[in-house]
Amino acid sequence: MSVFQTDQSLKAATRRRLAFEKYFQWCTRIAIALAAGFLVYFLFTIGGMALPAFRQGQLLVEISYTEDVLEMPNYAVPEEYEFFVSHEFLRQLPLRMQEHPELLGTTAQEWVLAAADVDQLLKGKAHRLDAEQVRLVQELAATGHTRLAPNWDFFTKGDSKIPEAAGIEAAVVGTVYVLVITLLLSFPVGVASAIYLEEFAPDNRLTQLIEVNINNLAAIPSIIYGLLGLAIFINLLGILRSSSLVGGITLALMTLPVIIISTRAAIRAVPETLRHGALALGATPWQVMWNLVLPLAMPGILTGTIIGLAHAIGETAPLLIVGMMAYIPEAPSSVLEASTVLPAQIYTWASDSQRAFGERTAAGILVLLVVLLSMNALAIYLRNRFEKRW
Amino acid sequence: MRSMLTAALCALLAATLLVAALVADAMLASTVVTSPAQAQTLRDQIRIVGSSTVFPFSSFVAEELGKTTSFRTPVVESTGSGGGFKLFSAGVGTETPDITNSSRRIKKSELETCYANGMTSVVEARIGFDGIAIAQNGKNPDFKVSLEQLFLAVAEKVPSKGTLVPNPFKNWKEIDPTLPDRIILIYGPPATSGTRDAFVELVMHKAVKSFPEYEQVLGKDAKDYSAIRQDQAYVPSGENDNLIVQKLVQDKNAFGIFGYSFLEENKDRLKGAVVNGVKPEPKTVSSGEYPISRSLFFYIKADHIGKVPGLKEYVDLFMSEKMIGSRGLLRRIGLIPLPKDQLEQARRNVTTLKRLDPADVK
Repeated sequence: MSVFQTDQSLKAATRRRLAFEKYFQWCTRIAIALAAGFLVYFLFTIGGMALPAFRQGQLLVEISYTEDVLEMPNYAVPEEYEFFVSHEFLRQLPLRMQEHPELLGTTAQEWVLAAADVDQLLKGKAHRLDAEQVRLVQELAATGHTRLAPNWDFFTKGDSKIPEAAGIEAAVVGTVYVLVITLLLSFPVGVASAIYLEEFAPDNRLTQLIEVNINNLAAIPSIIYGLLGLAIFINLLGILRSSSLVGGITLALMTLPVIIISTRAAIRAVPETLRHGALALGATPWQVMWNLVLPLAMPGILTGTIIGLAHAIGETAPLLIVGMMAYIPEAPSSVLEASTVLPAQIYTWASDSQRAFGERTAAGILVLLVVLLSMNALAIYLRNRFEKRW
Repeated sequence: MRSMLTAALCALLAATLLVAALVADAMLASTVVTSPAQAQTLRDQIRIVGSSTVFPFSSFVAEELGKTTSFRTPVVESTGSGGGFKLFSAGVGTETPDITNSSRRIKKSELETCYANGMTSVVEARIGFDGIAIAQNGKNPDFKVSLEQLFLAVAEKVPSKGTLVPNPFKNWKEIDPTLPDRIILIYGPPATSGTRDAFVELVMHKAVKSFPEYEQVLGKDAKDYSAIRQDQAYVPSGENDNLIVQKLVQDKNAFGIFGYSFLEENKDRLKGAVVNGVKPEPKTVSSGEYPISRSLFFYIKADHIGKVPGLKEYVDLFMSEKMIGSRGLLRRIGLIPLPKDQLEQARRNVTTLKRLDPADVK
C-alpha cells in the first residue's frame, strides 16, 4: 500500500479528527457543568436547610417569680404552657432570682425562648406536639404571643443538648485556638525545613530519603496523625486529652508536609540568575536567602500555608482520636483546656436523634463553608497582590 | 512591600516563641499548683467517656450540672462502650476518666483490669433501657414478625433439610407465607457498632436456639452464632442513624435497625415493626415485653469521689427523679425509664457507693 493516501481519505480523516475534537470539547464542558451543578445544588440545599436556624421561636408569657420557683422552675409559667417554654430558660430562673432577690413576688410579661417543638411548629416543620397543644400554640400565635426573632444565641452560646439553646461559639473559639497553634508550629518549622532542603542541604542519600518521606507524608490518611498524636503527645508527653494544644500539634504535623512542599516549590520558582547576581555583589548565602529569595517566594509560601490550614480546619478524624469529638459546651480559656472544633460540633449534631438539630447542623456547615471560602479567597488575594512574574 | 513581608515573618516567629513560652509556663504552673494539692483535687472538671448511645443522656445531665450549679460542665466523650472501658480501666489519676458510659454491662475481665490497675471501688449505675427498633416507612401497613423470622432474614446461613445453607431468602414471603410480599432490604448497624452487638445478642443468640440444625452442624459454637449475611439484603450503614432514617423515608421496602429514640423522634414518618406481637413503645420496652431491649449503664470510679469537684453531685443528679424518673427530662430525649422497683434498687447501689464485685458479673 502506498504511503500517500488519496485526497478523499485524507479529508475523511481530518473530518474525523475535527469531530473527535468537538466531541472531546463537549465532554469537558459537560464535566465542568456537572461539577458546577453539584456545587450549586449542594450550596442551595445546605443554605435552604440552614436559614431557619438563624431565627428562633419565642413566646410572650407571664412569668411569676414565686417562692416555689426556686424549687420547681416550671411553676413560673402558666401550667398549660409549661412544655412550650424551653427548659433552658426555666432552669436558669432560680439562679436569676438568687441574683435579683427583688424579683420575688412579682410577675412580668417576657419574651422567652420557646421549646424546640414549638419552634419547629412555628417554622412549619415536623414536631411532636399533639393536636390540643398545636391548637394552643396557634391561639398564642393568633394573638401575637409568638415570634421568630434573630437567633444571636447561635453565635454567642456553646453546645447544648437542648436544640433551641445550642450554638457554635465554643466550637468556633476552639477552632481558632487549634488553628493558631497549628499555624505557629507548622509555619516556622515548615518554612525553615524547606529552606534547608532547597538551599543548604547536600545532595546525598539522606536528603533524598527525607524528600521522599515528606512527599509520602503529605499523602497518608489523616487519622494516622491522630494515632501518632495519641501515642506521643497524650500517652508519652502527658499533654491533656481533648485540649486544643494536643489538637493543634496533631494538625500541625499533618499540615507540615503541605507547607514544606509548597514552600520548596515557591523557592525553586525564584530565578537562579537573581541569586547569582546577589552572590556576585558579595551577599552571603544567608543574606541572599533572607533578603531576596524569601520575600520573593512569600506569596507562594503563604498560599500553601493557607491551603494547608484550610485543610486542617475541616479535619475530624485525627481530632476524634485525641478526644476532641466530645460534648464540650464551654469555650476554652487556655490552650490546655478541653475544647471542641467546628467539624466535630457538626458531626455531633448530625448524629443526634432530635430533629430540631437538623437545621443547626446545616447552619454549622454553612459557617464552616464561609470560613473555608474566605481563607481560600485570602490565599488568592495574597498570591495576586504579591506575585511577581519573570 | 518586601520589608513588610519580612516584618510579618519576624512577627510570626516572635509570636511562636512567645506562645511556646506561655504554654511552657502554664504547664509548669499547673504542675506546681497541683502537686501539693494532689491529695484534695485531681482536676476541676469531670471527665466522662464511653457509649455513643448513652452520650446524649450523659451530656444532657452534664449540661444541667454546668448551668444550674457553680461546677464546671463535665467533658463527655463518645468513644463507644468498649473504648470507654479501656480508658476507664487504665488506672486512677488526673489523666483517666471518672465515669464511663456503657450500653452493656461491664465484663468480668474489664472489671478485673480496673481493680488490677489500682482502683479500690467501681460503682455501677443502671439508668434505663434502650429499645432497638426494626423501623419502616410510616405509610406501610403494620409489619408483624417473630424473632425467628427476623433471624432467618439476616443470618448468613439458614437451616435447610438438616443442614445449613447460604441464606437464599430474597423476599419476606419466602421465609413465611404469612409475611408480606416485600423484598428483604435491611439497613443495619456495622460490625463495629454497639447496636450491632446488642442486636446479635438479643435477636440472633435468642433465635438460634429454635433451630436444632445449628447445633448439629456447629456444635458448641452454635449458641454464639452471630454471622450476618453479606449480600444486598443487609446493608451495614455506618454510625449515623439519621442516614438510615432518610433511606426509610425514601424507600418503602426497606427496614432499618436503630435505637428507639430515633423512632420516637420520627414517629410522623416511620413506624416500628411489631416483634413477637409487641410494638416498640416506652411501656413495652420498660416492662421487658418488647424482646429487643437492653439496659444502659454508667460506671463510677469511686476512688475519684471527693477528689474531683462535682462528681458526687453529677452522679446524684443523674440518678434523680428529675432526670431518669418515669416523667424525667431524659425521657423527652428518648431514654426509657426503669420500672419503679428497679430504679430504687439502682439508686440505692449508687447512693451507698456499693462496690461492684467481679464475682457478680459475667
